[in-house]
Amino acid sequence: MSDTLLHVQNVETYYGNIRALAGVDVEVRKGEIVCMIGANGAGKSTLMMTVCGSPQARTGSVIFDGQDITRMPTHEIARLRIAQSPEGRRIFPRMTVYENLQMGASLDNLKYFNEDVDKIFTLFPRLKERQSQRGGTLSGGEQQMLSIGRALMARPKLLLLDEPSLGLAPLIVKGIFAAIKKLNQEEGLTVFLVEQNAFAALKLSDRGYVMVNGKVTMSGSGKELLANPEVRAAYLEGGHH
Amino acid sequence: MAKTTSKTAVSDDNLMARALREGFYAALVALGLFILFVGLKTDQNILNELILVQRWGLLAVFVAIAAVGRFLTVAYIRPFLARQKVTDVVTGLLPDSVATRFFRMPALIVAAVIAVILMFAGETIGAAVPAALAPWVTMIRAFAIIYVLAFGFFYFRAYISAHFNMLALIALLIYPPLMVYLFGFQGSLKYVDNFGIQILIYVMLAWGLNIVVGLAGLLDLGYVAFYAVGAYSYALLSSYFGLSFWILLPMAGILAGFWGIILGFPVLRLKGDYLAIVTLAFGEIIRLVLINWTAVTKGTFGISGIAKASVFGIWSFDLAAPNNFAKVFELPMSSAYYKIFLFYLALALCMLTALVTVRLRRMPIGRAWEALREDEIACRSLGINTVTTKLTAFATGAMFGGFAGSFFAVRQGFVSPESFVFLESAIILAIVVLGGMGSLVGIAVAATVMIGGTELLREMTILKQVFGPEFTPELYRMLIFGLAMIVVMVWKPRGFVGSREPTAFLRERKSVSGSFTKEGHG
Repeated sequence: MSDTLLHVQNVETYYGNIRALAGVDVEVRKGEIVCMIGANGAGKSTLMMTVCGSPQARTGSVIFDGQDITRMPTHEIARLRIAQSPEGRRIFPRMTVYENLQMGASLDNLKYFNEDVDKIFTLFPRLKERQSQRGGTLSGGEQQMLSIGRALMARPKLLLLDEPSLGLAPLIVKGIFAAIKKLNQEEGLTVFLVEQNAFAALKLSDRGYVMVNGKVTMSGSGKELLANPEVRAAYLEGGHH
Repeated sequence: MAKTTSKTAVSDDNLMARALREGFYAALVALGLFILFVGLKTDQNILNELILVQRWGLLAVFVAIAAVGRFLTVAYIRPFLARQKVTDVVTGLLPDSVATRFFRMPALIVAAVIAVILMFAGETIGAAVPAALAPWVTMIRAFAIIYVLAFGFFYFRAYISAHFNMLALIALLIYPPLMVYLFGFQGSLKYVDNFGIQILIYVMLAWGLNIVVGLAGLLDLGYVAFYAVGAYSYALLSSYFGLSFWILLPMAGILAGFWGIILGFPVLRLKGDYLAIVTLAFGEIIRLVLINWTAVTKGTFGISGIAKASVFGIWSFDLAAPNNFAKVFELPMSSAYYKIFLFYLALALCMLTALVTVRLRRMPIGRAWEALREDEIACRSLGINTVTTKLTAFATGAMFGGFAGSFFAVRQGFVSPESFVFLESAIILAIVVLGGMGSLVGIAVAATVMIGGTELLREMTILKQVFGPEFTPELYRMLIFGLAMIVVMVWKPRGFVGSREPTAFLRERKSVSGSFTKEGHG
């Protein structure tokens, strides 16, 4: 277990009195891509936000790199190099693409900025073309690239992606997922993503979890889950692809 | 927009009939709106009884303005604007723009001649014509001068917009000597003090508030509280401990900044409307404390006889002092020197505010403010501590409010809680919004237009000729303020300078596309 990077143990999260997560266990090892699939309202995004400390888990614990981060404020969790591309992308709309990337490098005070920004522009050449354009004027796919790029600027140990495919054309999703795969293989970046697009996510991932009503009901390697008849029935056939 | 079909007037009779009809409706609406506002006025008679004063003449003027205005709009202005968009059949060109038609060389010569004649012979002509016409002569002179100046601005508009900051700074630097040259030392007082210093104080305040509202996106309706803290810090510490302006200026700023942090703590979790309400309450609390803590603040009487500032202690402006400025240089006694000194002091403080704002925007803290305005959740997930970010924004904004406050106290020589009512907060906020949140130049222009405009209204004796001698134009300044806000918000919904200037570029500056995207939406 020494190579475990993120360990979510029996976490329960509440919004007021409503229980959104009912005892979730998730493990992400170094160098893995792990995905969490599930329907709308299953609690996927809540899990992601709980890892980031807003809202905080009521019971259970979140361990990152051997350190308990359950009760840490969000910005301190981010400083441990957990970078997030949040749900709805949340780029800064009135700032340019370049400035958005600059915000991502806040942690190191722009020490590696030029080096990293070149890397991101190689990964997403579209962002380079649009660098002096305002974030709010980008297309959905470009905004998603920017959101991921901004997260990468923090030189993360763990990258959290919340629905990177949301509202995007299949071709663009393919491109973004290819970029994630490339980062994982070439730099050993650990990725935990939450997705509704089960087929694409499972194909990308080393391992996957299925969440239903705030509980993890199934887990296994990406291939196993793709082949699993229940998963197929619930998330793959009739839905996507 | 160019249409090649030249519309032969649909039917002139038809248009006139419609214009008359709409003018009549406008008159009816104006009558309905103003009959109780303007037509009737409650007043107190000599026995202290409430009586109704009827002002039908004034009401008639209001109604007539509405009717004629509407008639002209429908009958002439709209067809004219429509023709402006139609290309000429022969040349295929659009007609000359309104501005190029308005600024023609012959008109310039006529205006220049009138201006020169009236500037040198205005007095004699004013004395020769009947007394009732004298203000009109002044007005014609003013218009002629304004036309000549506007012509200059129009002719050099490209150069001016390219070098606006530098030109504005030069204009501000030569403003007091120019006024002294034109109107003499006593005559310059009005322009340097009422227009110059007053506008600069508001520029300073608005730039300070801009850090909180424009950059950090925290809607603060109680900004006047920090202004009050600065003013009273100076007034109290100066009158109780006899400290000098140069020690108290930074102290007032620090104290106000400290109050900014005190306000910041309880409102950290609030945003938007909720934040606005709490800050509004904070502003009122400070004012009520100032009114009721009579032992220290002397309540509504205020604190008078506040010591004047000195030129770094070298020259004083106190009449009794041996190192009085006028005495040292053997000049005739006048309060104008002090006002001119204060003008440059205010200008320096404004420049300091601008410099700090511009520098901070490029630093991590300034970038964090702007990011906070854009998206708080994203900020936190990037490792930005939103608590300290908000507190520094409040503190920095409050500090500049404190500087402006202590400057206000030293200029007035008197402070009372009446100067720090909610309306002041609202005016400062209105200036920030009108100027374009976050834009220093836009805000400075807005402050000049709004504060200078309301001051100008006092000078418009000509309005008394139109509306009757009872008419006091400065009572209508809020109406004009409101009207200006509506006009700006309709034409330029994001303020005079609505686009945000980026702070970082890859290797070279580039023009930024998409300046006009809707705020806060992806």
